[in-house]
Amino acid sequence: MRSLFAALSGVLFGAGLATSQMTNPNKVLSFLDISGGWDPSLALVMGAALAVSAIAYAVVWQRETTFLGEALDLPKPSGIDRRLLGGATLFGIGWGLAGFCPGPAIAALVTGALPVVVFVGAMVVGTASFRYAETVRSNRNRPEPTPWRDLPC
Amino acid sequence: MTEFEPISALVGGLLIGLAASLLLLANGRLAGISGILGRTLALESGQLSWRILFLLGLPIGAGLVGIIQGGLVTDVRASIPTLVVAGVLVGFGTQLGNGCTSGHGICGISQGSRRSIAATCTFMITAAAVVFMVRHVLGGSV
Repeated sequence: MRSLFAALSGVLFGAGLATSQMTNPNKVLSFLDISGGWDPSLALVMGAALAVSAIAYAVVWQRETTFLGEALDLPKPSGIDRRLLGGATLFGIGWGLAGFCPGPAIAALVTGALPVVVFVGAMVVGTASFRYAETVRSNRNRPEPTPWRDLPC
Repeated sequence: MTEFEPISALVGGLLIGLAASLLLLANGRLAGISGILGRTLALESGQLSWRILFLLGLPIGAGLVGIIQGGLVTDVRASIPTLVVAGVLVGFGTQLGNGCTSGHGICGISQGSRRSIAATCTFMITAAAVVFMVRHVLGGSV
């Protein structure tokens, strides 16, 4: 059941991105270009999506589990830090250069167009390299294991 | 430049909202694409199949709309080298900042998360500054 709803959610999400033409980078860039001939479409897409999901969050916060009896697995609230703002800045540069963010880029793979494939390939490399860097960092920060000879017998 | 099309934007936005609501109400998960992608690549055991199915659903849903509408426009102006740089920045940045347009912009803000509001303002302003540079200072596309 969990897999079925995940697949259905993905299909709906992709259909929404295509319907609103967010899969078209030029449309996204025309929203981000506020200096002339501004296309406010993206703001309306986000606003409509926000309004619907805000209702779902209001419903789910009053429950311990989901309607399928699954535990809620949502990010814990934390503060605004340099990682958050630094990451958002790097993402913003890439988004402004290409006009693609992760969802629309993956959805647009269906066109098979070379620029889309190149962007998604590079995005996967960027994602994986962060994951790798984090693994290396957490291994380095892990305290040295106590040498066996120092262990109390 | 593109035209403002309020009806398709509204309908598309409602579909995205429904998709995020479905994943939340049925599975208790946040529909943040970069988070789902990152954890898929990290091969988190036991959670892999639903994430792969969700990600596969995105092009399938877009493809269905493309069939209905008789085509899908993806007008990419950036050059291939720029797309490589942009893709790496988007991949790395969304992992470092814990989210993208869907995770922070839609799911986070709809919960009233201050963190997500800060992230969304940051990437929107940064992207707008980059677009201004590319289109109006560097003269078109890079």
